[in-house]
Amino acid sequence: MSFLELRRVSKCYGTGAAEVHALVDVDLGVERGSLVAVMGPSGSGKSTLLTIAGSLEEPTSGEVVVDGRSLSAMSRNDKARLRRRTVGYVFQDYNLLGGLTAAENVSLPLELDGIPAKKAHRVGMAALEELGLADRAAHYPDQLSGGERQRVAIARAIVGERSLLLADEPSGALDSVNGDAVMRMVLAACRRGVAAMVVTHDARLASWADRVVFIRDGRIMDQTVPPPTPESLLTGVPASGPRP
Amino acid sequence: MSVRHALLAFLSEGPKYGLQLRQEFEESTGEIWPLNAGQVYSTLQRLERDDLIESDDRGEEAGPQKMFRITEAGRSELDVWLSTPPDMTEPPRDELVIKVLSALRVPGISVHDVIQVHRRYVVELMQQWTRLKEDEGDLDLTFALVADAELLRLDSIARWLDTADGRLRRAGTEAPSERTGPRIRRRLVARR
Ligand SMILES: Nc1ncnc2c1ncn2[C@@H]1O[C@H](COP(=O)(O)OP(=O)(O)O)[C@@H](O)[C@H]1O
Ligand SMILES: [Mg+2]
Repeated sequence: MSFLELRRVSKCYGTGAAEVHALVDVDLGVERGSLVAVMGPSGSGKSTLLTIAGSLEEPTSGEVVVDGRSLSAMSRNDKARLRRRTVGYVFQDYNLLGGLTAAENVSLPLELDGIPAKKAHRVGMAALEELGLADRAAHYPDQLSGGERQRVAIARAIVGERSLLLADEPSGALDSVNGDAVMRMVLAACRRGVAAMVVTHDARLASWADRVVFIRDGRIMDQTVPPPTPESLLTGVPASGPRP
Repeated sequence: MSVRHALLAFLSEGPKYGLQLRQEFEESTGEIWPLNAGQVYSTLQRLERDDLIESDDRGEEAGPQKMFRITEAGRSELDVWLSTPPDMTEPPRDELVIKVLSALRVPGISVHDVIQVHRRYVVELMQQWTRLKEDEGDLDLTFALVADAELLRLDSIARWLDTADGRLRRAGTEAPSERTGPRIRRRLVARR
């Protein structure tokens, strides 16, 4: 079973004439150690999908299962603990706290989880170091570049052995060097066993994923097949036919 | 793409043997631009005939053991080539664009499905390039540059497909007017 599973998940906002079907019968699984990208245009339901997978929002129908446990069967407290310990969430607009330094932002989720401040700081610093940000640890978010802020946001999401990483357009406004750095970090977390889902409209970002799932009007309409051997690139790839 | 000018660029570093040129060509671009030995030597022969390169034994056929130098004329030819933008005023005859435009006219075909087939294929290729670049780009600068170019080219195709998809959705997908072709041509001619 996949680490994250969405089973026939639907989400409606509003009622009557104002009803919006943001997600319709979405089935999706993300294995440990793999990176799945959900790609679709603006308004296709990507952020909704991610917030539901991260238990920040309830589906209208269907089920979300994380590590074998259905979210609908969990108490509020259980879900809060899941969000603190298991899920790392990178929001579309980074969401660093402006009053905290980079290091404090990264260690915050650990402290919230009851880990003593000193130890949390140590773990947070290690994460920043790994991402090449040790010398920015004492900087506040408004003293960091966009790329640095985004890397801090990812450090915060993967710190403390969390096993599910959910990221919304994580290289949104970044140039390609910074965007690549961010995705390299996400992929490295996956290779350590994290299950990761990234949602984006950007094919270059999606191309980092092991599997790309295409979403349109709240429905999953297609997905890539795992890439064949790299050699096929150099010998010419046969055109793939339509897939049901 | 110009094999001539690539060879001139290699020779601008200093005199080289035919074999050496062939090997350098293969090392730097061989994987993406395979060229057989015959093409290298015949190009060298033409360069010598045009006085853009020279050798000590002019009469002899170009081959692995023959040594070449760039001439002054060759060097200025190279300089001009490097700083002359290739002609990009005409849109290339893009088969993908033609397929999408054609799909609009074919009864019983959803242009959005056609777009998705191509989008998936492009993204799958990009996945492979991204993986290759991560695996090998650190070791090989030339390869990383080529992979960047390929990723950006494919990305622009993916973006065109997304843009076309969105535009067709907003327009409702009726067939384009008959005048589309001539109109495009007229505008481009006017610009040149
Ligand atoms: N809180 C909300 N209330 C009403 N409609 C919403 C809400 N959140 C999202 N939507 C609608 O749901 C659809 C999907 O939105 P979203 O998941 O944000 O898409 P994406 O992230 O792909 O741009 C859109 O039509 C959007 O307007
Ligand atoms: Mg969004």
